[in-house]
Amino acid sequence: MIKFFLMVNKQGQTRLSKYYEHVEINKRTLLETEVIKSCLSRSNEQCSFIEYKDFKLIYQQYAALFIVVGVNDTENEMAIYEFVHNFVEVLDEYFSRVSELDIMFNLDKVHIILDEMVLNGCIVETNRARILAPLQILDKMSES
Amino acid sequence: MPAVSKGDGMRGLAVFISDIRNCKSKEAEIKRINKELANIRSKFKGDKALDGYSKKKYVCKLLFIFLLGHDIDFGHMEAVNLLSSNRYTEKQIGYLFISVLVNSNSELIRLINNAIKNDLASRNPTFMGLALHCIANVGSREMAEAFAGEIPKILVAGDTMDSVKQSAALCLLRLYRTSPDLVPMGDWTSRVVHLLNDQHLGVVTAATSLITTLAQKNPEEFKTSVSLAVSRLSRIVTSASTDLQDYTYYFVPAPWLSVKLLRLLQCYPPPEDPAVRGRLTECLETILNKAQEPPKSKKVQHSNAKNAVLFEAISLIIHHDSEPNLLVRACNQLGQFLQHRETNLRYLALESMCTLASSEFSHEAVKTHIETVINALKTERDVSVRQRAVDLLYAMCDRSNAQQIVAEMLSYLETADYSIREEIVLKVAILAEKYAVDYTWYVDTILNLIRIAGDYVSEEVWYRVIQIVINRDDVQGYAAKTVFEALQAPACHENLVKVGGYILGEFGNLIAGDPRSSPLIQFDLLHSKFHLCSVPTRALLLSTYIKFVNLFPEVKTTIQDVLRSDSQLKNADVELQQRAVEYLRLSTVASTDILATVLEEMPPFPERESSILAKLKKKKGPSTVTDLEETKRERSVDVNGGPEPAPASTSAASTPSPSADLLGLGAVPPAPAAPPTPSSGGLLVDVFSDSASSVAPLAPGSEDNFARFVCKNNGVLFENQLLQIGLKSEFRQNLGRMFIFYGNKTSTQFLNFTPTLICADDLQANLNLQTKPVDPTVDGGAQVQQVVNIECVSDFTEAPVLNIQFRYGGTFQNVSVKLPITLNKFFQPTEMASQDFFQRWKQLSNPQQEVQNIFKAKHPMDTEITKAKIIGFGSALLEDVDPNPANFVGAGIIHTRTTQIGCLLRLEPNLQAQMYRLTLRTSKDTVSQRLCELLSEQF
Repeated sequence: MIKFFLMVNKQGQTRLSKYYEHVEINKRTLLETEVIKSCLSRSNEQCSFIEYKDFKLIYQQYAALFIVVGVNDTENEMAIYEFVHNFVEVLDEYFSRVSELDIMFNLDKVHIILDEMVLNGCIVETNRARILAPLQILDKMSES
Repeated sequence: MPAVSKGDGMRGLAVFISDIRNCKSKEAEIKRINKELANIRSKFKGDKALDGYSKKKYVCKLLFIFLLGHDIDFGHMEAVNLLSSNRYTEKQIGYLFISVLVNSNSELIRLINNAIKNDLASRNPTFMGLALHCIANVGSREMAEAFAGEIPKILVAGDTMDSVKQSAALCLLRLYRTSPDLVPMGDWTSRVVHLLNDQHLGVVTAATSLITTLAQKNPEEFKTSVSLAVSRLSRIVTSASTDLQDYTYYFVPAPWLSVKLLRLLQCYPPPEDPAVRGRLTECLETILNKAQEPPKSKKVQHSNAKNAVLFEAISLIIHHDSEPNLLVRACNQLGQFLQHRETNLRYLALESMCTLASSEFSHEAVKTHIETVINALKTERDVSVRQRAVDLLYAMCDRSNAQQIVAEMLSYLETADYSIREEIVLKVAILAEKYAVDYTWYVDTILNLIRIAGDYVSEEVWYRVIQIVINRDDVQGYAAKTVFEALQAPACHENLVKVGGYILGEFGNLIAGDPRSSPLIQFDLLHSKFHLCSVPTRALLLSTYIKFVNLFPEVKTTIQDVLRSDSQLKNADVELQQRAVEYLRLSTVASTDILATVLEEMPPFPERESSILAKLKKKKGPSTVTDLEETKRERSVDVNGGPEPAPASTSAASTPSPSADLLGLGAVPPAPAAPPTPSSGGLLVDVFSDSASSVAPLAPGSEDNFARFVCKNNGVLFENQLLQIGLKSEFRQNLGRMFIFYGNKTSTQFLNFTPTLICADDLQANLNLQTKPVDPTVDGGAQVQQVVNIECVSDFTEAPVLNIQFRYGGTFQNVSVKLPITLNKFFQPTEMASQDFFQRWKQLSNPQQEVQNIFKAKHPMDTEITKAKIIGFGSALLEDVDPNPANFVGAGIIHTRTTQIGCLLRLEPNLQAQMYRLTLRTSKDTVSQRLCELLSEQF
């Protein structure tokens, strides 16, 4: 099961956080700081999986932005790793060349996309067109 | 795709975010945020009703502030109001706020539930989707109460839209996780399983997660999911890469769904139906074949997705652990990955191989990669990869390569990352012990460990080396010589001083003949370290000195002088001072005989689980073959009732009980202690009632002891500070004889010693027990024996109770224990061929004749132990009968005076889930029931 899904930049600022198990807000800040620290301290030669407390962190870096997923031991590391990339590709398609700013200014939309892809800590949809469908309805409504 | 302008029309939001980004300091940021919070609060509180757009804007700002780590304590009500908006955009932002900011114990849940109810009833799929996402995200008990009945209906209704079904599946999963009692299994369950056949792969993806969780908890109800999952998987893996257009990812058909299906199959043993099993094997072969084919794309995404499926398939192969061919192929595939240039693959390959090493089919194949793994240990730049390599070396270690692996681990230890040193130390210590053919090698290895990484050698490790040296007299001389030499290094680790002090104190005499290690030299050497050591080590050395007084009378005066010095007798530490005073006194007043008794060599430690292994398990090390072997060795001792001490070891007073301080360091060493007052804990002693009329409640722990006797006949049934009860028994057909030994562990007489056998009313009719009263006086240190003749008249469930009452000193003692006379003792094993077995199995197909139990393994699942237990249970163990070699089947006849009852049993282990299924078929329902209960407790 996915425990949390984070987007954090190199300066350690959280750009998106989604927890699938309740975590107190002060603990969140602490956890996010620790997580990004452990990602930043790694080189390219190191693997993308980190054992952290009783779960595993799986991360990918896109420019200055890290996407980090915390999972328990029932998940397949490689599948989650590639799922992160799929998520980024969906963002890229919607925002046409996504940047950190897009994510900040459209936090609600990124949440919608993530909610379509992960629900209750499980991967629920992987097909790009179907993930974006509700957003497109939304966009049409706000245009009109 | 619509062009998305940054900020999307919400200018206020854009400005706010820009302001935050431009803040030069944390203080400025907090200031700006507080300003904004005040602004929003006043807007919410103001008289003017806000329009939906403004609400949306402010909620977005609050979300952003929350993300920055500030708690939001208002705005919840506004968000709830947004839920009832008819505009999708507003409703959506309301739900978003709630799912991010509201936790499951909020007071608002009732209002939220109301909105959800309306949206679920709206039949508008987008609204329903939002509502279901909200339940899946918040998922409180109150929500479960409100919707647990509704969601399954939505999930299986024919007219529900696919996307709604997907959300409903995971929503139900959430409710099941938070409140399983509120989600009753019902007729919807079978229809949920059939969602695996759904045309839409998105629905299948969601349903598989739900079914996997449900199947883990209720394997029987969801058994049909196996064949459906196999056929779905088979259709995916054999499809051309264009067939599943929407779900093909870089030419890999539905990778995430495949992974989930393979996970689901890991909830079950290999399929029983040969057709399903064949089809699954084909799938797994295809997946393995694809790994060897040239890639359809050079993109890394293609190979990543493909490998995700491959690793999951290998997990399933390892889980089934039944197809040697597949296991070896999996091992070869992982072997290729070990040398891959991608670090991720090397890491995962090491991890998978670690579990593969524990399969008997692939253990040898894994061992062929030893050089690569050792190389990884030396060259990998990533500590987590090296850690995996250490784990794998540990897992693949056996007698044939132990010396090489231990040597490599030791040399790695010198440069190893600090974070993993302690674990490596534990592993080296365990391997060295387990595979020591020659115990001098073991002693050398442990001393090397202390030399290289003394700081990481925990107490458990050096305790253990002492236990082993004390228990094996063939290594004691060597150990004394080696520690003596090691102590001569100018700087040695304190742990070495401890081990050295203890061993020389016990066995220094073995090397004292050599003038280079004469008693005085030994003493001077130890004492030269004394002042550099911490208090606990000094305390230990003081004990060594008093032992020297006994071993070497010639150094007595030297030692007395040391003890007498002010730095000892007036030491500020109370423990050191006390030891010095008492030891000095002991050495002056006691005669040599008394000294020799008090300071006698330590008795052997009772055989038990290595404390190091326990520690490693606590550290959550991967469970591997070696762990299993360890417990196997131990267990088999138990099962055979073998080398346990004779039931009446009267020296018990000086034998440390297993729970006592390991080395007796905490206390003054074995002084002839008066028997402790037994009232402590008040466990077994009924101080108030002096009359012999009342029977004490069963002694604590007696249930556990009882269970241990189900599969064996001899051993210690009960032991406290006063009394030890041992058993020896034999059974033939419906008759048995049991010898009960009562040992008085104290030096005082027991008076009015009366053991009584008590059978409950309904037991009396079925079990006939005859015995003679024993002598009412049991002298201190003595043992009395009682013989019980047993006849099984008819099958029975309860066990008789043995009550013992006696006077000790001034107090009345009353102890009750269950006597392990169980139905299975009257088993006669029956050998039969596979054909006969199944014929009889079918004959006993009446539902009352079968009793089945599915339960979690309480002990490590080891084939050899299981076999031993089944044989100990009394039935024959039938080999080559079950088509699945992992299963165990047994047969036997229960003899009673009135009838003979044929019994068949079958035990199916599920290693992955750590579960067993036990099925008993006998011609009598009560017998099936009882045997099943008894045997289930054994694994």
